[in-house]
Amino acid sequence: MNSNSHNIILKTKALSIGYRSKKTEICIASGINLTLKKGELIGLVGGNGIGKSTLLRTLTNVQPALNGNVFLNDKPLQDYDNLALAKVLSIVLTEPITSKNMSIFELIALGRQPYTNWVGTLTEADTNAVNSAISHTNLDALKHKKCYELSDGQLQKVMIARALAQDTDLIILDEPTTHLDMYHKAYILKWLKKLVEHTGKTILFSSHEIDLAIQLCDRLIVMKTDSIVCDEPCNLITQGVFNNLFPDDLIVFDETTGSFRVRK
Amino acid sequence: MKPQKTYTLTFILLLLLVILLFFVNVSLGSVSIPFSDIVNSFFTDASAYTNKEYIIQNYRLPKAITAILVGSGLGISGLLMQTLFRNPLAGPFVLGITSGASLGVALVIMGSSVIGGVFTALLISKWSLVIAASLGSFVVLLTVLIVSSKVRDTMAILIIGLMFGSITSAVVSVLSYFSSAEELQQYIFWGFGSLGDLQWEELGVFASIYAVGLVFSIASIKALNTLLLGENYAKSLGLDLKKSRLIIIIATSLLAGTITAFAGPIAFIGLAIPHITRLVFNTANHKILIPAVFLSGAIIMLICDSIAQLPNTDYTLPINAITSLIGAPVVIWLLVRKRKMVF
Repeated sequence: MNSNSHNIILKTKALSIGYRSKKTEICIASGINLTLKKGELIGLVGGNGIGKSTLLRTLTNVQPALNGNVFLNDKPLQDYDNLALAKVLSIVLTEPITSKNMSIFELIALGRQPYTNWVGTLTEADTNAVNSAISHTNLDALKHKKCYELSDGQLQKVMIARALAQDTDLIILDEPTTHLDMYHKAYILKWLKKLVEHTGKTILFSSHEIDLAIQLCDRLIVMKTDSIVCDEPCNLITQGVFNNLFPDDLIVFDETTGSFRVRK
Repeated sequence: MKPQKTYTLTFILLLLLVILLFFVNVSLGSVSIPFSDIVNSFFTDASAYTNKEYIIQNYRLPKAITAILVGSGLGISGLLMQTLFRNPLAGPFVLGITSGASLGVALVIMGSSVIGGVFTALLISKWSLVIAASLGSFVVLLTVLIVSSKVRDTMAILIIGLMFGSITSAVVSVLSYFSSAEELQQYIFWGFGSLGDLQWEELGVFASIYAVGLVFSIASIKALNTLLLGENYAKSLGLDLKKSRLIIIIATSLLAGTITAFAGPIAFIGLAIPHITRLVFNTANHKILIPAVFLSGAIIMLICDSIAQLPNTDYTLPINAITSLIGAPVVIWLLVRKRKMVF
């Protein structure tokens, strides 16, 4: 355990997540102990309302943890200021961007903000980082198009390229495959897998595409009401983790194919 | 291929247009003055001014400079508010600046009949209206800021600003109801806006506050560009959201507040100029937009003022009416021609 601690990028210790208002505390999940290693593609799956987004929001310091700690590169998350965090962790959200009147290049270049000067001038190193993010994502042909000219799938790729340009060890994506058709869902996830292999970055994403995640991820975090488990997909299948992920009156998990079937 | 379009030529053309319109604006008025006299007036000793030179130096030059400051300042503060609130309908006055100024001025002009002789001691001079407008906008803005510091959501600040606007205009209505016809007329005249009432020393105060506001605006260029992605992304890119929001609001208050204090509540320009500039330049990058809005604001205000003073007549139209009469058709025409709103 100790020998590969340098290999760990993110770790949570007895983490409780939820919302706190003046009088009440709504705990969504507690006792979360996760370890994310460098160079892995990790999927986060679970039913609607189980707390996937809350977990991601806590891991990305958008909202504070109720209890316990998140360590990013062995340093507690709350010890990072915004700027230091921006150099280690980048995010891709489900919310649409405010202005689409930017060229693809300009949008991806905004990923360099943590490194640029007070007025945001791109140095040669910045331009190179943007161009390498663009070529990693095969967006060269589109780079001078405006964002409002893009399809949903293309825009999602651009947002991921922006996170790449931010040059962080860890990228966290909240449901990167929503609004995409079946082909593009597989395309984006397969391509995340390739990115992990080529760049050595760690990518954590939440998704409802459990079948695809099982096939592509190095490890899966499965959130259920009573427990959160994190393991390699085949181990999770043999442990029967997916069997009671959803109520079994409509869909059942088929262990041989690793996918869900509608009960006839 | 270049990563970004260069706008150098457009900027040079716009700058030349500003200079040309500046001279046209100085030259036109109840008497037309040829360009040569304008140039000569700079080289004449103040004691030896001819009538025309006196008009130029003490009346028309300050007015043309005011027009440039008002147009550019309102345009920039409108741009700041539209980006901060992610709302194309936001303008420089969404934080209650005009309504506060109106309240201050209404209290000075109309308050005497309601409250009694408290204000009668204050002669209704230019400075007393300026001070009343500044105090009024400062108090309302401060209240909006204090209330807004309790909320995390930027949209809530927008609504709070609008609510305070409603409260103050209600107070103004009550005051108007109890006022005499002369007082009402004087208040309405203030509401028309005016670029021509400033002496050099007033202009000096105006320009200094304006300059501070401009520096704050330029300092927030990077934050404004980051905010184009939305607040959560901006935070994830290392932006200190609270600090940037405060700087943007201070910049707007200084620009729009001082303009309203010295020139009255000039409508429409602050809302329209950013849209016109975005449609013409087709970019959302504030490094381009801020200088572009500065130039377009100056151009449109100089044109509006030249028309408002009705060349070769003794009449001057209210500048507030002209800005909308000229500006609104331009925005409509641009939107129809481009068939698409860019924001």
